[in-house]
Parts: sequence; C-alpha cells; structure tokens
Amino acid sequence: MIHARGLSRSFGAVEAVRGIDLDVSQGEIVGFLGPNGAGKTTTLRMLTTLLRPTSGTATVAGRDLFADPMEVRRRIGYVPQGNTVGPFSMVGEELRLQARLYGLRRAEAAERVDRLLTELDLPGMDQRPTASLSGGQKRRVDIAMGLLHRPALLFLDEPTTGLDPQSRANLWDHVRRLRDKDGVTVFLTTHYLEEADALCDRILIIDHGRIVASGTPAELKAAHGAGTLDDVFLAVTGRELREGAAA
Amino acid sequence: MSALVPLTAYYLRATFKSRFAVVFGAVQPLFFLLLFGPLFARSGVGSWDTLVPGLLVQLALMSSGLVGFGIVFDQRFGVLERLRVTPAGRTSLLLGRVLKDSVVLLVQAAAIVALGYAFGLRAPLPGVLLGLLLMVFLSVGMASVSYAAALTIRQELFAPLMSTLVIPLMLLSGALLPMSLAPAWLDAVSRFTPFRYAVEALRALFAGSYASSEVLWGVLVSAVFVVAGVVIGTRLFQRENA
Ligand SMILES: Nc1ncnc2c1ncn2[C@@H]1O[C@H](COP(=O)(O)OP(=O)(O)OP(=O)(O)O)[C@@H](O)[C@H]1O
Ligand SMILES: [Mg+2]
Repeated sequence: MIHARGLSRSFGAVEAVRGIDLDVSQGEIVGFLGPNGAGKTTTLRMLTTLLRPTSGTATVAGRDLFADPMEVRRRIGYVPQGNTVGPFSMVGEELRLQARLYGLRRAEAAERVDRLLTELDLPGMDQRPTASLSGGQKRRVDIAMGLLHRPALLFLDEPTTGLDPQSRANLWDHVRRLRDKDGVTVFLTTHYLEEADALCDRILIIDHGRIVASGTPAELKAAHGAGTLDDVFLAVTGRELREGAAA
Repeated sequence: MSALVPLTAYYLRATFKSRFAVVFGAVQPLFFLLLFGPLFARSGVGSWDTLVPGLLVQLALMSSGLVGFGIVFDQRFGVLERLRVTPAGRTSLLLGRVLKDSVVLLVQAAAIVALGYAFGLRAPLPGVLLGLLLMVFLSVGMASVSYAAALTIRQELFAPLMSTLVIPLMLLSGALLPMSLAPAWLDAVSRFTPFRYAVEALRALFAGSYASSEVLWGVLVSAVFVVAGVVIGTRLFQRENA
C-alpha cells in the first residue's frame, strides 16, 4: 500500500525527514511513533500529497506520488494533527462539502455524513456551529473528514489526542472494524504507547528524521529485552515519550 | 471540474448568511455616488454616465482585491489543507471562491447602478448589462490575484498591503476623474495598469458605442489579466504538491 524510498524533506536548514524507507502492506495497521519534532507529521504530509519531498520516491495506494497525485488523493483518507474546520460553520455542512469533493453525490453525501456522525458518537450535531463543539467532539469531526469516501488507506496523525478514554476505545474499535471488514490499511501516529501496543500490527519508530526501529510490538520488546513499548522507546530514542509529548 | 458546483454553492451559502458583509462591501462606492457624484455631475468633467462606470471598476478593485483575506483564515484553521487533500481540481478550489465573489460583486454593482439611475444615469440598459459583464469578468482576475497574494505574502501583511495597493490602482484607472484630464506623465503611467482599459471600455459601453476600440481594448486587457490571474492562482493552490 505504501512503498517509499529515501524520502526526505528539509525546511531551510532543518532536515525534518532524512531518507526514510517504508513498506506497508494492505490491511496492516502500522503505528508511527517518535518524539516531538521527529518528523512524523512531515512524513504524513509528504505521503498525502500535501508537501513536496526534497528527495526520494514513493507509491501510495498503488499510484506514484509524483506522477499521479490526484489518484493518490482519491484513494487515501487523511486526518491531520491539527483542526479541519474553522469557527464559523456548521458541522454537517462542512462534512457534506468534503464528501462532495470526494465525488459523492448529494444524497450519498448526506447519508454518509449521518452515518458517520452516529458511528463517531456525534448524534444531533449536524446543525451545530463548529465553534460550539468541545475539543473531543471537534476531534471526532476531524476524524470523520478522513472517512467520508471509504478510503482504502487511512492516515491518522495523532487521532486520539484530546479524546476521553471511552471515545478513544470507540475509535480503536472503529479502526479495527475498518481493517477487519473492509481491509483498510491504517498508518497512524500516536504518543500513547499502550494504544500502539494494543492496536498496531507493526510499529515504526522515527527519531531525528530517521527510522530507528521497526517490528511487531512483540518483536520490538523481545529485541530490547523490554517489558513494554515505553521501555523500547526509551532504549531506541533515549527519551521517554511522555516527557516529549508534554514539551 | 465536478467540485466546482458544490464549492461555489457552499461559499455562496456561507457568504449570504451574513448579509451585512455583502452590503458593507459596497459602502465605499456608495459614499462616492452619494457624496461625490452630485459634485462630479456639476463639474463639467462628465455626467453620471461617466462616473458610474468608474465607481463599478472601483468596486471591483476594492471588493475583489481584498477577498484573499478569507483564505488567510482557512489556512490558519486547517481548512485549506483539508480541501487540498481531496481530489478536487486545483482550479476548482480557486474558482469556487472566485465565482462566489463574482456573485457578491454583481449584487453590489446592481445596487450602485440602480441608485445611479435614481440620481440621473441615462445609459442604455444593454450597455449597462454589457458593462456589468465586463466588470465581473475583470473581477475574476482581480479575485484570483488577491487569493494568490494571500497564499504568498505573510498573513499579517496581506490586509494592509492590499488595501494600500488598490488605492493607486484605482486612481490610475481614471475611475474618479477621466485620464483625458491627466498630464502626459500620469496618462503614460496609467496605461500600464489594466484597470484603465476596463474603465474606458465601461464608459464606452454606457455611452452605447459597443463596437468602439475602447471596448475592444478593455476586453482584451481584461482577458489577459483574467488568464494570468487564474493560472497563477491555480499554481499556488498546487504549490506544495507532491
Ligand atoms: N512548515 C515548516 N517549516 C519549518 N519547519 C518545519 C515545518 N514543518 C515542520 N518543521 C520542522 O520539522 C521537524 C519535524 O516536524 P514534524 O511536525 O514532522 O514533527 P512530528 O514528529 O510530527 O512532531 P509532533 O510529535 O510534535 O507532532 C521539526 O523540527 C519542525 O520544527
Ligand atoms: Mg506531528
């Protein structure tokens, strides 16, 4: 689903991502971990056609990132780390516009939005001004934005940040269901290592723009003689993730 | 292009939710009509038929020139990235906004023309309609340039820079006083601004001379401006694309 070689991106003197190789197969849930500023968001923005790599090549969802960005966009969903809606709009209206931009017809769009609002536990939010949403509700609207067109490949950038435990568990179930029922491939970042442990088939750890470890949670723990992913993380980056997350 | 319809509809709905903003956008030319028009009509320089076309181009400049401000917010709130990650055509992402701006402008311009008739405008209706058409066409270029500027220059600089820039462009277009009154150097400078040709074309249309060279030049220059604006605007929506 994703094959990247030597993907790099610099911002002026800052080398945010330094030549990473990625291979993700269909139906995998891959966790992309790393301390703040490691290059996670930059990598995701490159793979989602939003940011031009300084160098490297990639095929995403079977299409070349450079030659065929439109076809890549059609096949992927992206939930960014930040917000997706401004303060002056209605939840339903924004979601329906997004669905239409993905090519859904008007009736399909309306139906799909209703469905997702229910699935993401946002009942009756259709006519709500976005400014009136709580942080966690807004986050779930962001998540819905990436699911409207039933993408085969889903990029989630810290999707559960700001969600309460129940919403988080709900999202995990949702992600698992997408994979089990529809074979959706999921590439997600998170700062919650127990989340990565519970949800992901495979973990990639990035630090200073380079992949420093990869494997299933069990393999990583075995390789570093560690009991938890936290210990693995500490061993390969020299940092506690929580410390980084708080910074 | 299939994204163009939902985008334009969405932006129109959002804009007309706040009618105040639509009305407020036309306030400046309305002041000119109300407080400067009576003076102008008695100055011997020209009639309402000379002034109203100028005020329409002024409106197109002021109203469309500042539309880019809207995209600054979209950029800040992540809306722009959300739109850019969809397969919607990059030209549609630009033109959806621009078409909305054109509709708003047309509503505002209609108000000015109606008021102009109340004051003493005598222009033939076909000429006025053709003039409005040319003005809207020109505004597509202006709005595109405004969005391009908003996506390029630093966010906090956009509003002061653009609102300052439109003033010399407006004065040089001869919107307020015809450039036939200008000293040679000013006349020469004004020929380098596209809006002068639009003003002269609108005045010719309002005077009923539809096949004049002014109209031809106005259409030609506006067309070049529009194409350039849309191409540059689309490029900028594409800019960071992989
Ligand atoms: N648009 C930009 N301009 C300049 N520097 C940038 C830009 N985007 C990212 N960077 C820099 O690139 C590096 C990687 O940033 P990135 O956002 O990819 O980190 P991250 O792993 O997502 O971190 P976090 O966990 O905090 O979200 C950082 O040093 C950041 O400051
Ligand atoms: Mg990030």
